[in-house]
Amino acid sequence: METTNTLSARDFSSDQEVKWCPGCGDYSILKQMQSVVPELGIAREDIVFISGIGCSSRFPYYMNTYGMHSIHGRAPAIATGLKITNPDLSIWVITGDGDGLSIGGNHLIHLLRRNVDLNVLLFNNQIYGLTKGQYSPTSELGKKTKSSPLGSLDHPFNPLALALGADASFVARSIDRDPKHLREILSASHQHKGTSFIEVYQNCNVFNDGTFLNFTDKKLKDENVLLLEEGQPLVYDQGKKGIRLNGLKPEIVNLEEGASLNDLWIHDSRDATKAYVLSRFFDDSLPRPFGIFYQEDRPCYEDDLLDQIDHAKGVQGEGDLDDLLRGKRSWTVG
Amino acid sequence: MKNTQALKKVTILFAGDSGDGIQLAGSQFANTTALAGNDLSTFPDFPAEIRAPIGTVSGVSGFQINFGSEEIHTPGGRPDVLVALNAAAYRKNFPSLKSAGTIIVDPAGFDKKNLRLAGYDDEENPLLNKPADYQFYEIEVTRLNRDAMKEVEIAPRDRDRSRNMFVLGFIYFLYNRDLEVTLHFLEEKFKHKPDALEANKKALMAGYNYGDTIEAITRFRIEKAKLPAGEYRNVTGNQALALGLIAASKKAGLDLFYGSYPITPASDILHELAARKNYGVKTFQAEDEIAAITSAIGASFGGALGVTGTSGPGMALKTEALGLAMMLELPLVVVNVQRGGPSTGLPTKTEQSDLMQAVYGRNGETPIPVIAASSPSDCFWAAYEGAKYAIEHMTPVIVLSDGYLANSSEPWLFPKAADLAEIKAPFRTEVENYLPYERDEREVREWAIPGQAGLEHRLGGLEKEDKTGNVSYDAENHELMVKTRARKVALVAKDYPETRLLQGAEKADLLVLGWGNTKGAIQVAVAQALVEGLSVAQLHLRYINPLPEDLGAILQRYPHILIPELNDGQLVRIIRDHYLVKADVLDKIQGKPFLAEEILAQIKKVLKDGNH
Repeated sequence: METTNTLSARDFSSDQEVKWCPGCGDYSILKQMQSVVPELGIAREDIVFISGIGCSSRFPYYMNTYGMHSIHGRAPAIATGLKITNPDLSIWVITGDGDGLSIGGNHLIHLLRRNVDLNVLLFNNQIYGLTKGQYSPTSELGKKTKSSPLGSLDHPFNPLALALGADASFVARSIDRDPKHLREILSASHQHKGTSFIEVYQNCNVFNDGTFLNFTDKKLKDENVLLLEEGQPLVYDQGKKGIRLNGLKPEIVNLEEGASLNDLWIHDSRDATKAYVLSRFFDDSLPRPFGIFYQEDRPCYEDDLLDQIDHAKGVQGEGDLDDLLRGKRSWTVG
Repeated sequence: MKNTQALKKVTILFAGDSGDGIQLAGSQFANTTALAGNDLSTFPDFPAEIRAPIGTVSGVSGFQINFGSEEIHTPGGRPDVLVALNAAAYRKNFPSLKSAGTIIVDPAGFDKKNLRLAGYDDEENPLLNKPADYQFYEIEVTRLNRDAMKEVEIAPRDRDRSRNMFVLGFIYFLYNRDLEVTLHFLEEKFKHKPDALEANKKALMAGYNYGDTIEAITRFRIEKAKLPAGEYRNVTGNQALALGLIAASKKAGLDLFYGSYPITPASDILHELAARKNYGVKTFQAEDEIAAITSAIGASFGGALGVTGTSGPGMALKTEALGLAMMLELPLVVVNVQRGGPSTGLPTKTEQSDLMQAVYGRNGETPIPVIAASSPSDCFWAAYEGAKYAIEHMTPVIVLSDGYLANSSEPWLFPKAADLAEIKAPFRTEVENYLPYERDEREVREWAIPGQAGLEHRLGGLEKEDKTGNVSYDAENHELMVKTRARKVALVAKDYPETRLLQGAEKADLLVLGWGNTKGAIQVAVAQALVEGLSVAQLHLRYINPLPEDLGAILQRYPHILIPELNDGQLVRIIRDHYLVKADVLDKIQGKPFLAEEILAQIKKVLKDGNH
């Protein structure tokens, strides 16, 4: 991969008209992506976006790179085959809560455990948008939609707990309305070698408007957003509150009422147990964490596969086709 | 000195419990027989369960081999010799034995318990009530083998496990075979288990020597077959298929990527390929059938020869992705080793019932070339040709094999790498004026691999605008694209060789038209019909979609067409649909291949009753 410093966001914008609904959170994610990739030092021709089906999955059409808009849920598997074939490519899987967690849930968990060096962006808007508003696997229990007029009966997925359960080697959360944070996370996911899983909260202003209001509204977000910073204590609400661990049980403490910074939980994204506890900050009793929950260095599937091939060639010699056709035992007639 | 009798050909059926090592003994006999210079054909037949109830009829495993000094086209109809290691094997297979045939049994397999498990009433022991006119050999395999095991350090529970080698040794003696191939095999297999090696070698030798010591036994001699000159090997269909894929990737200069999910009877292709990493083969055991095919699509996008292999139910799961591959216009080979269906059906049995699925089974207008292999070694050529068309025409191609071809073996006059047809991938490297869906005169678009500056483009399953490949919902454009893709696939037929009859005259009262594994049985039946002076010809179809351009004119020359198929009539519908000719099916849906005699009987019936 060569470094290209000369490209700008405009160079990564394709000639296709962007066709999301006006006001959709996808625009912001697209914009952050287009502005981050020129800074990553990857040649444009070495970048590939692979998506499934859904609103978010139109994403590859708008990036002036290589791309594929595939079929529902299967982007992780397609990207895996592509990466194994061409490990030098920087491959980004674009998926949504329906695409990645419902129809494609199986591929997602297997991608994560194999740790193929891919970046997965899961746009979570907690609704089926493209099919016009049915509840999704991340919709809250009791949600009333066209397909759940009396309220959804489905217990929702916790995407980050799921990713950690599948032994993902990089797990993060960001949100469409915080461009700077999103760019930082995208950049960090690129730096990570292995599968990076990023959940991006994304507002569907047509079918599920305001579902993340707690984390975007000026009056509400201070109390509800916990920004994770490596090596720093878990502090939120303008430094007024913090999180302390009592054993493995997180507790909110008030720093203005005597609690000390020294007592707080220090964020360590290499600690799998703490990452899991963080992923369970999932109801209104605790603030919602954003940032890198977990990262570890673990061998990548495609590297191990290529090592096996190199090893086999080293031990058995580069295969000769005539030897292969002849097999171990042949005989001659006439 | 024993009597030795010369034979032109013989069919032996090895049968026993599925834990008795029948498949291993049978395939060893096949390899030895191939190296001895006979032509041969085998038919392994085993239960779907790993361990079906011991001693029962449903747990019987069989391996039939037909070999001789003349050309062999089928695993034989009714066997001449039945080796039955237990009462269940006898009960299941005796009815199919040739009259006055030879039966070799181990009386230990006919004790009270085994008789009961096989469903015989008390006092119904067939050994006490032997059918007249059959040649019976009662050989105390279990007892003699235990005697041989006395000299070996082996746990009592393992001492009977080498019975299959004892029997094999005896059969080797009977048919004048060398032990060398099997001894060599055992040394490889038990490299790290010296006790097991010793036991198996002892058993093999003991069986052979037993034949030498007993009186009044006739040995048989089968001369070498007069096969075309050249170098041969023995090969099963699944092995040949794997070799064809590797050969095609090497000739095309592409990496081979094989995405697959374990499924009977296709898994051996995955095993064969996984063992060839030094050929640069990348195998990916996917989480499911859908990931198997979509990972292969991703690999093809990246410039590899993407291949996936499966069997019927797995093929059903791949259907949506097949449509995507067809829309993307990327090379992809999809192998379906057909088995008895529908649903889980008969996993270890053969059938040809996925033909309609291959030709038609997708949403939308989705033509895909379909090539059918007709013998174990032909699986090589079907795979090779399938890959060639996939690459050169930028299209998914379905290669049909089946459980019978997959596990059967035959001698193969294998090709030299240098003699294989060239395969030229239509790569795009020129940056100037690149349009992803611009086509050549064969309607083939170019393959622009990611990583090349200036050729960045987006593919997808949404309908594409002509030439640019941009998303388009335009009505006229959709029709144009559907017709263009159909024409592209139809033009694959321009690459076919001329369609030729296998036997019979250019004009006759009846044409027997086959496809897939029925070739050998039809060949024997039509040859016999011709000897008997009947007006019949044989044509075997390899290309089922698109059909060969010269096929219609050939079919028109015959007033009646008979299509034997291991299904309820699928090719027959396609042929009637395309050519409006009088064609009838001879169906068989029993999980077993045709016997030549079944086809011959139908030929006679049609010619007698025929209203031509």
